[in-house]
Amino acid sequence: MSDIPIPYTVAPRPDTGLNNGKIGIWLFLASEVMLFGALFATYILLRTGATVWPHGREFLNIPLATTNTIVLITSSVTMVMAWYSLKMDRFTQFRIYLGLTILCAFGFMFIKYLEYSHKFELGLYPKTNTFLAIYFTMTALHGLHVVGGACVNAYLWGPGAKLWKTDKEQFTNRVENSGLFWHFVDLVWIFLFPVLYLL
Amino acid sequence: MASTGTTTPHAGHADVHEHGAHDLSFWKKYVFSTDHKTIGIQYAVTALCFLLFGFFLMMLMRWQLAFPGKAIPLIGGLFGEGRAPGGTMLPTFYNELGAMHGTIMVFLGIVPLAVGGFGNFVLPLQIGAPDMAFPRINMASYWFFFLGGVTMLLSFIIPPGGAAQSGWTSYAPLSDIAGSGQTWWIMGMVLLITSSLLGAINFIVTTIQLRAPGLSFFRLPFFCWAQFVTAFLLLLAFPPLEAAGVLQLMDRVAGTSFFLPSGLVVSGQALQVSGGGNPLLWQHLFWFLAHPEVYVLILPAMGIVAEIIANNTRKPLFGYRTMVYSLIFLGFMSFIVWAHHMFMTGMGTTMAAFFQTTTMIISIPSVAILTSLIISLWGGSIRFNTPMLFALAFLPMFGIGGLTGLPLGLNITDIPLHDTYYVIGHFHYVVAPGTIFALFAGIYYWYPKATGRKMSETLGRWHFWPSLLLMNGIFMPMFLTGLAGMSRRLADGGATYAFTKPVLHYNQWSSFSAWGLALFQIPFIINFFWSMKNGEKVDSNAWQSTTLEWSAAGSPPGHGNFKTIPTVYRGAYEYSVPGAAKDFTPQDQRS
Repeated sequence: MSDIPIPYTVAPRPDTGLNNGKIGIWLFLASEVMLFGALFATYILLRTGATVWPHGREFLNIPLATTNTIVLITSSVTMVMAWYSLKMDRFTQFRIYLGLTILCAFGFMFIKYLEYSHKFELGLYPKTNTFLAIYFTMTALHGLHVVGGACVNAYLWGPGAKLWKTDKEQFTNRVENSGLFWHFVDLVWIFLFPVLYLL
Repeated sequence: MASTGTTTPHAGHADVHEHGAHDLSFWKKYVFSTDHKTIGIQYAVTALCFLLFGFFLMMLMRWQLAFPGKAIPLIGGLFGEGRAPGGTMLPTFYNELGAMHGTIMVFLGIVPLAVGGFGNFVLPLQIGAPDMAFPRINMASYWFFFLGGVTMLLSFIIPPGGAAQSGWTSYAPLSDIAGSGQTWWIMGMVLLITSSLLGAINFIVTTIQLRAPGLSFFRLPFFCWAQFVTAFLLLLAFPPLEAAGVLQLMDRVAGTSFFLPSGLVVSGQALQVSGGGNPLLWQHLFWFLAHPEVYVLILPAMGIVAEIIANNTRKPLFGYRTMVYSLIFLGFMSFIVWAHHMFMTGMGTTMAAFFQTTTMIISIPSVAILTSLIISLWGGSIRFNTPMLFALAFLPMFGIGGLTGLPLGLNITDIPLHDTYYVIGHFHYVVAPGTIFALFAGIYYWYPKATGRKMSETLGRWHFWPSLLLMNGIFMPMFLTGLAGMSRRLADGGATYAFTKPVLHYNQWSSFSAWGLALFQIPFIINFFWSMKNGEKVDSNAWQSTTLEWSAAGSPPGHGNFKTIPTVYRGAYEYSVPGAAKDFTPQDQRS
């Protein structure tokens, strides 16, 4: 019995126009939409059911959150540039852009850490009220996604980059899929920022 | 994520060693295997063990229901003073058994067997694929499932709280303030959700991408369609439960109040929490998963039964396309009926009207599929082998389960019935003599593909007929006790209520039937092991079937399944084609 390689891991299947990994990542993102969708639904239900609702804008740090929004959007741009560099066959440039993306992730988490520790100093914890409960839960879960995405990117920047020498197309696909996830994480923040900080 | 687009780690060796599979070490071949057939068997065997364990829990509960307050004979002393002083079961122990019976049967038994086991083993073969699209993710899916199961089992012995006691539904606020076992339950569920997510992505990508040339969607065997739709349900319905689990975990460890309303009084004392939460939120998030989960339990079973009925009537399925459309419609509708589990919450007539309407609508495609399967029998020259017996028994058993569900789908009749044994009878008819019979049918049917031998027909009949009788012996009396108003949540089975006196003796009927049922699973267990060495040897197409898994040479087929990827020329059920040489025409046969 010979080993048949699994088809369409790199090249797209003609009738669907997609390779396996691309469909896989989109399905994964669909499940992530359901995960965060449930949390946003929770937010709406808790808020509409509350007699008093502490508004985030009154005690959350909007300038820091705005900075973080800019940091994440920048990282999405550098992520696309990293993928584009691979498409243009410029590996050194890819390393720079992906490195910047990872740095942005660190920056985002650092600013988040500043925000969190300031809240704790003021005695504001998840158990303080329902708003802070949903604020901490959603931002922490989002933070975990940022860390996860950064880990994958760090792998692709470091040991995973060996694949570039043997299979350029496959490696480019992986960076693209990682990028799709990264944009999703960015997008979640784009919703979290106004919902928690501004409204 | 990024590691999704991978080939098998051994693909590179293929041209060097032609018999690549034999070079693998024991660990890579049998334990950390990436071969979908091995993973399928791992899933199936693990899930069967969990099914048996869940059954044991239930048999203990049945003692307490039949003989409340009496010491458990023989093994009563094993459970310790904390759970059963003097061998007599405490209500808290009963609650542990109840919560874990439900959790284990659904999440560790039936779904892993139906999807992880059969889906993994059969689906890639039936679509003519060399393996799943992501073999390593497939392996990860099994090991997450295994860890989740271990976590659930360990929760029984982790101090101080023992296992979860708040029912498999874990309703808040009870579950928020329950003992430590509930935290382990959430941990276990998160692992199981991860496992099912990885599996679901794999199944969908495999079905879309790896179908053999010529195998269009409407040439797919019905089993593949069932797995395909099921995977979508798992993919989209489980994440909200994961969100709910995260919120409950926060409530339990970080002191938040997502599910705790203001002013909650526990044991006469006001609870010191911020409050402002909503207990109904848990129910919505839970049932948003758990209703589609019902279809996760039943759709693969329908898929298995359809395969076996077509094969043993030697006829094409009646209304194949109708069945497929019904399946898709079922999958879609299953996301908008969840609140029919919540009529008791006083949700208001507008909401109730919406959800009972959708519930009545969703019964239509189920009936269409069941009717098609029954009409498929019409005029067939039926072979009554063991898989066919189980498949045939599925039809009326699922029918009873489905029809007794109708009064529960309507607000006005659900309210008096909801907390009674009637509901227990209803959903067990769907899942136990329904789905589990279909799973047994599947085991008897695909066993020859996994081992090269058939299971014994004699032992199969010793398994089937008593099981059919005793299943009904367990669950039929529950309709009577339920209609009489007996609550389903009492550790003494309602013995303290005067109005249950006329029906109380049915508890003993159910219990003796359950213990008898355990006895008649022994022929199955013997058969399962005995037939590996001593069963009747069969060639690779053991049942003269048309679908591709039987075209793959060898039982089981080697690593990579097919020597060359097959080409498909026809639909899945070309049995008894007029003018054909044989009464079955395989899908990859040109003419």
